[in-house]
Amino acid sequence: MKKGVYICHCGSNIAGTVDVEEVSKWADDLEDVAISRDYKFMCSSLGQELIEKDIEEYGLDRVVVASCSPHMHESTFRGACQRAGLNPYFMEMANIREHCSWVHKDKEAGTEKSKALVAAALSRVGHHEPLVIQYAPVDKNTLVVGGGIAGIQAALEIANSGYHVYLVEREPSIGGHMSQLDKTFPTLDCSACILTPRMFEAGNHENITLLTYSEVENVDGYIGNFEVRIRKRARAIDEEACTGCGLCEEKCPISVVDDVFEAGLGYRKAVYRPFPQAVPKYPVIDRENCTWYQKGKCRLCEKVCPTDAIDFEQEDEILEVKVGNIIVATGYDAFDARRIPQYGYGRYPNVFTGLEFERMTNAAGPTTGKVVLRDGVNVPESVAIIHCVGSRDKKYNEYCSAVCCMYSLKFAHMVHDKLPDAKVYNFYIDIRTPAKGYEEFYHRLLEEGTIFIRGRAASISDVALTVEEEGKLIVTAEDTLIGEQRRIPVDMAILSTGLEARHDSQEVARTFSISIDKNGFFRERHPKLDPVATMTGGVFIAGAAQGPRDIPSSVAQGAAAAARVLSIIDKGEVEMEAATAEVNDLTCVGCRMCVISCPYEAIDYLEDRQKAEVNRALCKGCGTCVAACPSKSITLHHFTDQELMAQMTGAMNALFEIDGVLMPA
Amino acid sequence: MPENSYEPKIIGYLCNWCSYAGADGAGLARIEYPPNVKIIRVPCSGRVSPEMVLRTFMQGADGVMVLGCHIGDCHYGNGNHRTAKRFPVYTELMDYMGIPKERLWVQWVSASEGPIFAEVVAEFTERLRTMPPMRGKLEVG
Amino acid sequence: MKYAWYPGCSAEGNSFAYDETSRMIAEALGIEFQEIDDWNCCGATEYFSVNQLPAYALVARNLALINAEETPQVIAPCSACYINLKKTDEKMAKYEQLNTEVNVALAAGNLSYEPGAVKSRHFLDVVCNDVGYEAVKEKMTQSLAGLTLVPYYGCYMGRPEDNFDHPERPQTMDTLLKTLGADVPDYSLKTICCGGHMTQLSAEASLRILRHLLEGANQLNADAMVVGCPMCQLNLDAYQKDVNSAYKTNYQIPIVYFSQVMGLAFGMDPETLMFERGIVSSKAMLEKWLTAEPASKKRRRREKRDKNALPMPKQLES
Repeated sequence: MKKGVYICHCGSNIAGTVDVEEVSKWADDLEDVAISRDYKFMCSSLGQELIEKDIEEYGLDRVVVASCSPHMHESTFRGACQRAGLNPYFMEMANIREHCSWVHKDKEAGTEKSKALVAAALSRVGHHEPLVIQYAPVDKNTLVVGGGIAGIQAALEIANSGYHVYLVEREPSIGGHMSQLDKTFPTLDCSACILTPRMFEAGNHENITLLTYSEVENVDGYIGNFEVRIRKRARAIDEEACTGCGLCEEKCPISVVDDVFEAGLGYRKAVYRPFPQAVPKYPVIDRENCTWYQKGKCRLCEKVCPTDAIDFEQEDEILEVKVGNIIVATGYDAFDARRIPQYGYGRYPNVFTGLEFERMTNAAGPTTGKVVLRDGVNVPESVAIIHCVGSRDKKYNEYCSAVCCMYSLKFAHMVHDKLPDAKVYNFYIDIRTPAKGYEEFYHRLLEEGTIFIRGRAASISDVALTVEEEGKLIVTAEDTLIGEQRRIPVDMAILSTGLEARHDSQEVARTFSISIDKNGFFRERHPKLDPVATMTGGVFIAGAAQGPRDIPSSVAQGAAAAARVLSIIDKGEVEMEAATAEVNDLTCVGCRMCVISCPYEAIDYLEDRQKAEVNRALCKGCGTCVAACPSKSITLHHFTDQELMAQMTGAMNALFEIDGVLMPA
Repeated sequence: MPENSYEPKIIGYLCNWCSYAGADGAGLARIEYPPNVKIIRVPCSGRVSPEMVLRTFMQGADGVMVLGCHIGDCHYGNGNHRTAKRFPVYTELMDYMGIPKERLWVQWVSASEGPIFAEVVAEFTERLRTMPPMRGKLEVG
Repeated sequence: MKYAWYPGCSAEGNSFAYDETSRMIAEALGIEFQEIDDWNCCGATEYFSVNQLPAYALVARNLALINAEETPQVIAPCSACYINLKKTDEKMAKYEQLNTEVNVALAAGNLSYEPGAVKSRHFLDVVCNDVGYEAVKEKMTQSLAGLTLVPYYGCYMGRPEDNFDHPERPQTMDTLLKTLGADVPDYSLKTICCGGHMTQLSAEASLRILRHLLEGANQLNADAMVVGCPMCQLNLDAYQKDVNSAYKTNYQIPIVYFSQVMGLAFGMDPETLMFERGIVSSKAMLEKWLTAEPASKKRRRREKRDKNALPMPKQLES
């Protein structure tokens, strides 16, 4: 056997704490090693060519690359082997960056650990078997979850390429948070004006099946071949018959606070469309507030409906669809300002949240665009806009919510625009405007006369100390530019609440077998180089579900995710997991322990022969059956007992050798 | 460091999807931890058979870690349920085998728990330092 | 329920009424106090800024004097004492060196303290969370209906974060006073500092703070401010006159302890509750209470929705 060893410097990332030359030299003396090298960047094209050349020149039949995590570059180096005619599974990586150089400071210890990891990989790779990658066809349909701007964009890109999309949205209409906004920074074009055509297009596209008021309940299968169960909740409206005339909504006697679309600032009926441009146009009956469902009375909507579209008996529908790829774009939740009680939201009427203010300035909103106090009549003479509410604060969220500075500036502009005499104070920690045209917008606001106070607002109180403060809200903050405590009396305070992961992001992540980060946002495959893919093949993420982001960036991600899906559809087939399990017919006693332990029901028990058999199309390669088999009759390819034990023994032997302890024979 | 102390040799079997990614996360965040653990990647903690753990001790490991996804977060649905059932039983048998059960640590570490991974390694290493080394390999006839 | 009792220095001076009435309340509620034998001052707010080690040792001596097996929890009625006891225990557990050094100091008096052995509790916490509002209700013989009582926690009681109540918007005393039947307005300044010993350093600064607090209570038509800390009580009570002359105000708000008003509700003789020890007279408050008409059972009419007004957000349930 001829093994090649390649130790990567990764610039100074590895070489800084590991003596890579020493490791390479040491490895050169190990059994079966034909060539051992160290190189600046193994993943570069030159590094890969090095491996390819050596395979040909030295006739290498096994390759070990000691560099970063295999999650990062396993496919890169497998590719290099394949190009040189070596079975890609004859390559093994030793993770000496994430698991070694980045977490240890002592160079000697780091070098020793690297030696052990390289020895382990060398020992393991000797047992590797050549595996053949199988291919499976890709279903050309795509599921997009979430009908906000990111999801709409993704759905349209795919649909316009001629492929079918199921667009699933939990709320009665698509549009997401963007549909609630008034103006969009920094260009100040009206949100509805640019969004509504997209919503309409998505709602009427021949390649899009729109499923609103619906949720994905279960996902089975794998990239190219997912089976999805969707619950289409009963709207109590016959969509075939409904014309969307709105008469039911008009006549409905029940009015409740609309916590979703109007952000609590306005009312809606028990039968309602969130907003007039809703897509689809059909209303829903909110059963928790409808008198018929609660008390068995009313049915007024039924009486007035001109097309008999009200169907109180309608039941949830369960749809089963097959798709090849999934894009999850489920968006964000706004931070609940009540969690910071010293700002008094929910206690002082004239403290508003960012989304409330969006609805207030929106001409289609509850105040028809007038900026007024909670009494709905009086106009504020002074407004405080508090940045970073729930963001950049270890008590709530440590991260920056990325959009609040800009929307706070936009709010200041809106107040200046609508109430030219009003004073506007922005309380900020830093102004963060890092995108095209953003900084210029900030300068525009400086010109417009907004008063910027650098200091996180400490509290909002209603206890006046001076005549000027009477009847006002007093915002206290340390002005860090002049080093003084300040009390600013205002009529209205707006809390620029941050963006949080959806409250149920963990459950959603589970449904789609993807993971979340410590803040609950979906985790991308790589933070820089693979921002819309996930660790699960065929499942992509886009928009604020992945992290706080604004509209342009959400749109870009939606399009990016669509491009990734289209490339898979276009290729037409996907690689199947080669590392699957296999039963040894000779030793299997038919005890069926494996059948019980398999999470995928991928193992059949053959009654006639009294043997177990793995269905390799269903097997995902978890290996639970291997550990369960009492007669050691199941092998998980690429994770065989021999391979894993060789890896362990290789590490242990190296450690004893480094220790200088004599090994027992 | 006191003279009689030694560096425990630890083998960690980490599931590919959660704990291995968590260990990668500790690296990305540059969270320091003792270098004693050598990590072996397995697809799922459910892949780790009791026999593998025993063989690891036989090769002279002072400690073995088996880390998997939190219950409910398993990439394979419920592979880690097997781990959760297997190892409590196995641990009870360890004393009988002559290996103190404190030398095996089964825990859940998610992909976002880099700091927790570092803590687990540090704590386990400290625990093993208080115990005598296994020294050398066991030979079983 | 048996607890160690650490009265604190002020119990023997200006907060005598707090100490006495706390003992009365405790007896009524079945809480047994085991006063620490030979306890000493906790060092208050100053000593820690002068010299940390002796400050910790001073506090630790009190913890060391407690028989942890008999009484694993100690109650302090004063917020400063409470926070010092709690802090000392936590820091000794966290910092090995401090623990060693403090124990060296304690050894000079043949004492030792193992961090974590004794849990420090504020008396308000014990009353509300160990005894509970239901048990308090059972002991009530009369309601405090008709009185507007403004709860004032001060800055120490709920801080730092992992304490028995929210550091910014605590509710414990609010709920207690509501249980007693009083009107309890939402006092937005309830955790703002009373100025502590600032009165000794800068009259101007402390009077400004006190005036803020008093004005806030006054705007809520407080019949009294209710406190759980002798320092808060002293500042708001003793300097109220100075505030009035400095700011041309005329506040007459008695500053009383929660144990005193509990005594009223428990039917204890107001005389024995020592309201007269306060500098600002409680007479008006007591008279108002005695002459208050029994709460009428008139059902409050649902307020009609103002056609113009925008809906208010719901309050977060704690």
